[in-house]
Amino acid sequence: MCSDNKVVFGRRRLVIATTVAGGVGVIAGAVPFVASMLPSGRAMANTAPVEADIGLLTPGRMMTVEWHGKPVWIVYRTREMLDSLAGLNDRLADPYSKRRQSEFAAPADIRPETRSIRPELLVVIGLCPHLGCSPISVFSKGAASGIDPGWQGGFLCACHGSTFDLAGRVFKNKLASDNLPIPPHVYLSDTRILIGENGKRA
Amino acid sequence: MGKLNSTLRRLLEWVDARFPLSALWRRHFSEYYVPRNLNFWYIFGALALLMLVLQVVTGIFLAMHYKPDASINASGVPVAFASVEVIMRDVPWGWLIRYLHSTGASVFFVVVYLHVFCSLLYGSYRKPRELVWLLGVLIFMCLMAVAFSGYVLSWGQMSYWGAQVIMNLFSTIPVVGPDLAIWLRGDSVVGDATLGRCFAMHVIAVPLVLIGLVMLHVVALRQVGANNPDGVEFRKMKDGNTGIPFHPYYTVKLILGLALFLLPFSAIVFFMPEFGGYFLEYNNFIPADPLHMPEFVAPMWYFSPFYSILRAVTPDFVIVPGLAVTVFFFWVIAISRSSIKFFAALLWLLAMLGFYFIDAGFWGSVAMVGSVLVWGGLPWLDHSPVRSIRYKGFYAKLALAFFVASFLVLGYLGMQPPTCLLTLISQAGTVVYFAFFLLMPVYTRMDKCKTEPERQVA
Repeated sequence: MCSDNKVVFGRRRLVIATTVAGGVGVIAGAVPFVASMLPSGRAMANTAPVEADIGLLTPGRMMTVEWHGKPVWIVYRTREMLDSLAGLNDRLADPYSKRRQSEFAAPADIRPETRSIRPELLVVIGLCPHLGCSPISVFSKGAASGIDPGWQGGFLCACHGSTFDLAGRVFKNKLASDNLPIPPHVYLSDTRILIGENGKRA
Repeated sequence: MGKLNSTLRRLLEWVDARFPLSALWRRHFSEYYVPRNLNFWYIFGALALLMLVLQVVTGIFLAMHYKPDASINASGVPVAFASVEVIMRDVPWGWLIRYLHSTGASVFFVVVYLHVFCSLLYGSYRKPRELVWLLGVLIFMCLMAVAFSGYVLSWGQMSYWGAQVIMNLFSTIPVVGPDLAIWLRGDSVVGDATLGRCFAMHVIAVPLVLIGLVMLHVVALRQVGANNPDGVEFRKMKDGNTGIPFHPYYTVKLILGLALFLLPFSAIVFFMPEFGGYFLEYNNFIPADPLHMPEFVAPMWYFSPFYSILRAVTPDFVIVPGLAVTVFFFWVIAISRSSIKFFAALLWLLAMLGFYFIDAGFWGSVAMVGSVLVWGGLPWLDHSPVRSIRYKGFYAKLALAFFVASFLVLGYLGMQPPTCLLTLISQAGTVVYFAFFLLMPVYTRMDKCKTEPERQVA
């Protein structure tokens, strides 16, 4: 415009106004592209509840059900396994699950001491709250577990070494700081369980 | 013959009147002067360029057959995984193209790490080459992105669970993290949407940026000229005897170097393309299964030092960066004016609150990202009066040796399952890694350096 003359303020204002208008246009133009990366309607529809038959599950065993694209574990704990839970509190990061919970609402009738509706049946999402690896179950006790001599059985995340007890509660000073999340679920009958929905259907 | 020559000359004149072809040739080859004392370490830049071309060419042919589709086919295998198997078994010569690409990825990183080591040895990041260096750091970050997104494409177990972990790094960010991670994955879990965007990133978005950055890296290098093993600025010499034209002197040497390089490279491609599970991990020959993770998951070897740093930051370890930040701010408060003192104290308080209230997982991610970003600060962290390791003092040599050792140890530990002892070692390695950079202003000032020669010695 003007190289060594005095600045024409009217023109400078016009340049600023044009730049701002153009900038707004660029941002508005970017919205559809950014929004296109959000979950599609098809992905969102994939969250329907799933029903699982637990009739064949025996004490000391667990099964995995897919819900929401995630592994949901159903663990049938023995009396001995349940007894081991009470003595662990001072080694756990969050023994009473008081920290923020996951995006899913756990059923209201969960007993805090076993983290389950029925004492023996634990239902948790089998993904480590740290970075989402799926932990492995280590039900053998003591030094034979390869974890530590005081091990009472539980789960080990092989990625970053976080450990969880048989109620999915995380041990202290591990990379994961939350317990394994409990998905919404409800018992439809003695042997059928619906994962993905809370309620009073039983 | 004479007639042909004159026709060619007239053709060149015709082009030169319309495009600076001869000028480009002179600027980048025949009249680009390079120090005459470049040694073995200087070959890796050219080799990196060769690997880039190889990856682009093989990648184009792979993209003709690959299908980014996570849905399950009639035989119960994800389509993407099956299409890679088709390339390996049914596409004529497909196995060769795929092995060139997968071996190429790992060798690319070998070459790039050695290229970076050359800069560390001879101080090639120092003024006036800061922009060459920063562009290089950006290139490295693009390389990480392209390697990660490509690794996801084969949609084996390691691809799936690797993507799960990396995408979840974003969800450790306070407040916005979980939503950001969903936006990146395009779903609440890694799935078809994630695979599709990894494909787009891997075949077009990141390579496009990468090639642009490589061009800028080379243009910036032409502006300042190559460094050399003596670290002495050769362009300051008036007599013109210290530089030689890039072509033919170095082009000839490079062609020999490329030929020698291709011998071990071809041997790996043909005889051990999996390289004992380091270039192609065995668990990745199992199709992705969202319900069962393999018992042992490790990142590719070229990411494992950074992965170790991520794992090293346990809740107890957060006290170490806490102490480092405290020492730094005390120093700032001690030396600065009162107005700055106040801001420094405020920042210190914020950092402490952050360390206390935000999960260690987030600080692990910060440390991992920071361990790459910190490279960018190198030109301003090094206060040594000399550039090259040849004239640097004992402290700088010791620091470099410790740094290389920590990088290798972290790299090894990143591929091992975490145990208490190994975590402790990786924490020590992390401290050494960051100390190399962050204490550099201190130890390079204390160092007793030798005096640089007037001109490079051959």
